[in-house]
Amino acid sequence: MGKNILKRIDLIFKEEDDFKKVLEKALQSTNTELINEMIASGLKGRGGAGFPTGLKWKLTSEAQSETKFVICNADEGEPGTFKDREILTRVPYKVLTGMALCGRIIGAKEGFIYLRHEYKYLVKELNKEIDRFHAVLDELGLDFRVKIFLGYGAYICGEESALFESMEGKRGEPRNKPPYPSDFGYLGKPTVINNVETLAHTFTIFQHGSSKFNELGVKDSYGSKLFSVSGDTPTPGIYELELGMTVEDFANDFGDGDTKAVQVGGASGFCVPRKKFRETHIGYQGKLVGISLPTGGSMMLFNSSRSMFNLLTNYLEFFTEESCGQCTPCRVGTQQLLEGSRAVKRGEKPAAYLDKLLALTETMKATAKCGLGQSVANSFQSIVENFREEMIY
Amino acid sequence: MDEIKTTVQNLVKKHGKSRENLLPVLQGVAEKERYVSEYAMTLIAEEMEISAADVFGTATFYSFMDTTQRGKFIIRICRTISCYMKGKNQILLALEEALKIKLGDTTPDKKFTLLETNCIGWCHKAPAMLINDEVYTELTVEKVHSIIAEYKQLS
Repeated sequence: MGKNILKRIDLIFKEEDDFKKVLEKALQSTNTELINEMIASGLKGRGGAGFPTGLKWKLTSEAQSETKFVICNADEGEPGTFKDREILTRVPYKVLTGMALCGRIIGAKEGFIYLRHEYKYLVKELNKEIDRFHAVLDELGLDFRVKIFLGYGAYICGEESALFESMEGKRGEPRNKPPYPSDFGYLGKPTVINNVETLAHTFTIFQHGSSKFNELGVKDSYGSKLFSVSGDTPTPGIYELELGMTVEDFANDFGDGDTKAVQVGGASGFCVPRKKFRETHIGYQGKLVGISLPTGGSMMLFNSSRSMFNLLTNYLEFFTEESCGQCTPCRVGTQQLLEGSRAVKRGEKPAAYLDKLLALTETMKATAKCGLGQSVANSFQSIVENFREEMIY
Repeated sequence: MDEIKTTVQNLVKKHGKSRENLLPVLQGVAEKERYVSEYAMTLIAEEMEISAADVFGTATFYSFMDTTQRGKFIIRICRTISCYMKGKNQILLALEEALKIKLGDTTPDKKFTLLETNCIGWCHKAPAMLINDEVYTELTVEKVHSIIAEYKQLS
């Protein structure tokens, strides 16, 4: 599939059915050793934000509390992302193993998989897998239980503090930070919350050690990552690739020969125009030269037949619908961006109005309460800046 | 005692009274009744000893939590970017034609409700839709007609 310009990695979906052995091996190490291994791997959160996983576990392990929780964030709602569903379908035991070991390290006995309602069809098989897993934990004398918590259709609940609120029976409205989940998470208890893919990677690290993991990728962006590829491509699907690649290599590999732009990171991500393909890397900020974009893995290709105005308004419609509405910059800002773009297109507002909207996006970035509200403007800014004429004519 | 009341009482007994069980209780009612009425919300509030406003606030936040009566089969077609690019509008037209209703409506026999939803995570197999919890992908107009014909056979 694809033109194989980029090396295909096969770690995450590789069948390693003997998770018991991985558990046994890890249980021979002390918690400090395991945390250090996780830190040494350089693994960063694969949901998109990129917080170092080892550090997250360390901070939560140091928090003083009788009760702690491990939560797997399976509220995969970013448009263009579908990898977590595949992980939970094909290798759920890797995720469960990561959760159980995290539980031992931080001192948690309970774990939850917050599963988006759109994936409800997975529940039956997943519960069977959880039962099988619990039996092995009992054999090993590990006191840890996992339950599925079903979401009910809200993009914002992928934001960790909104997810806690949702699990607590409330509206999924993000909290102020700090306090961070390592101190004050679900039910106010210290909580580790990791993306599905992050947990699957921890399995590899527990199994083979950190060096097997960070021989891939580049400094500050170690390891491989699953990419959900869709849009104008002859080979849509899920691919595991090394971090650090350029968008140019990606577009040459997966494009249809006519790629005009690549949207990295979904609706809340950035639109990269062809002229910036070469200088743009996929990875976390750090050693990479030029622009570097972190992503939850959504890679959407657009060819020259696409109207960037139509794509942008589709994103903005999505956000006006999914903004939780508690803070004004996001609630009103998303509506203004949508209405304003349409007014410019219809000729009711002058082209210079786009600059006013760009100024509004700066306000949204500075004042919105949560990571979503702050990133709504990314697609607007990158599309308006790079495809201004398509917004007007 | 009316049926909804029994349902609510059983669900609260099963999950527990504390607030963090509200979503599972609401989901239980939604599954049984296919929506959560305001009456059911007040019953839940009473049973869980929380304010009805809190129950209403939570119930109306989530897009899959239907608070108006729906059909037996709720069709949710994805309207987000990849499905939009791959022609979800054609699929929507085909659904409207097959069901003889408009987007947002329920058939008179209360069998089908037609809705749009945001990204359901099948972008590589767009366009996609859900019928209740079942996923249908790589839809074409022909496929839509045959899927709906099958559902029409079901009682």
